[in-house]
Amino acid sequence: MNVELTLPTRKDEDFRYADIEALGTVWPVPGEEIEVAAGQEDTRQVIELGEGAVARHLDIRLEKGAKLDLRVLTAGPGYGRIAIDVRLGEGADFTLGAAQLATGRETLEIVTKVTHAGLNATSSQIVRTVLAGHATGTYLGCIAVERGADGTDAEQSVRAMLLDRTATANARPELEIYADDVKAAHGCAVGELDQQGLFYLMSRGLPPATAKKLMLQAFIAEAFSGAPGEEALDTAALERLETLVETGL
Amino acid sequence: MTLLKIDNLQACVGDKPILKGLSLTINPGEIHAIMGPNGAGKSTTGYVLGGRPGYTVTGGSVEFMGQDLMELEPHERAALGLFLGFQYPVEIPGVSFVQFLREAANAQRKGRGEEPYSGGEFLKLAKEKAGLLKMDMDMLKRPVNVGFSGGEKKRAEMVQMGILDPKLAILDETDSGLDIDALRICGEGINSIMRAPDKAVLLITHYQRLLDYVKPDFVHVLAGGRIVKSGGPELALELEEQGYEAVA
Repeated sequence: MNVELTLPTRKDEDFRYADIEALGTVWPVPGEEIEVAAGQEDTRQVIELGEGAVARHLDIRLEKGAKLDLRVLTAGPGYGRIAIDVRLGEGADFTLGAAQLATGRETLEIVTKVTHAGLNATSSQIVRTVLAGHATGTYLGCIAVERGADGTDAEQSVRAMLLDRTATANARPELEIYADDVKAAHGCAVGELDQQGLFYLMSRGLPPATAKKLMLQAFIAEAFSGAPGEEALDTAALERLETLVETGL
Repeated sequence: MTLLKIDNLQACVGDKPILKGLSLTINPGEIHAIMGPNGAGKSTTGYVLGGRPGYTVTGGSVEFMGQDLMELEPHERAALGLFLGFQYPVEIPGVSFVQFLREAANAQRKGRGEEPYSGGEFLKLAKEKAGLLKMDMDMLKRPVNVGFSGGEKKRAEMVQMGILDPKLAILDETDSGLDIDALRICGEGINSIMRAPDKAVLLITHYQRLLDYVKPDFVHVLAGGRIVKSGGPELALELEEQGYEAVA
């Protein structure tokens, strides 16, 4: 595949919230090709827990009836960008479960383009973002349904939780539909921890940090539920959540 | 030793004064009931004692187990032996009862310098207390209060009380939303968990009906943010017959 050599600017919609300076240190980003052959099933995990800058670009092709379960955890990088392009053939199925957890001045983003190119393909994206301090978390997600891709069933569930009012969440779900018989559901919400819930847990004896951690664990749980290696993902996420709760303002 | 001593307590919700000089002393082994009309400050009393954010104490003092209660965070109050039964228990999706209660019980034990429960010990305890309230253990594996009926939520509150084993339980309208059977089960639960020489209960209620099962030693009428009348169990019956306006 072609590697884009020119560093993008923030005028480029897909890089609108990116930390371009940090991106420059890892640019160009080579595409990582993943192909799942007809009728096959595969699972992948992208786990970025290191510091510094990281940018990945997954270029995924699912042939007829192929299935891919992809889980993403970004928790640690100063700048972390995970771009995912998926092309689904007839009857293919794509699952994305992702969590991005940031604090300080970290900037994390997940940018997806899921293209339904054949009949009856299904896709589901669950993205949970938890932000403390002055962190920025972004999800840009486009679902494209091509002409003739009838029977498409595409879902996006995107939620962000702000632990401090100084953090920023961006979410831009997009649908481009050129077929007639399509089911596309998207939900998007940015919120804060439920204060009543927190008080309830604390009134039973949980210290505030533990109560918050428990609620955040529940908040991101859906992203990893049913994943192969779910426990390892949960453990890594929990460790980062502890830091977020403690480093918050 | 006195368990709880509230002296001339004044508190606001936002800018609005709700409690205007509430005084009440509770000794171990006693069951007190606070009754009163809507808006008297009953729930506020519970929340202020529990330490809910948004409730500001503007005067007076509260001593619990010999400590200044108002200086403590909600979880520290719990560790000291205070339990607040909610009128409207909060739903917390994704967090299971057993998970959170074990963490809560162990956090309390840690605060008191005791050994934490092992997984097995805790499940045994939870099962015993759930049985007491005729609650299926499977319900405690579900997310906190999610999808529970009003009655189930109140019974789950009592199960939590049983597990956490407090010194003082403040039960805010535990009887609201209960059918006749659930009322009896909750009443019996309160008796078996909290009737002990070293424990006490403060029942906050509108009605006499819970007091048929949990017999109070003292009944207080709260109106306009302070206690305007105190008496024995007969006061609750009098209120039931004649209404707050006539009695208080």
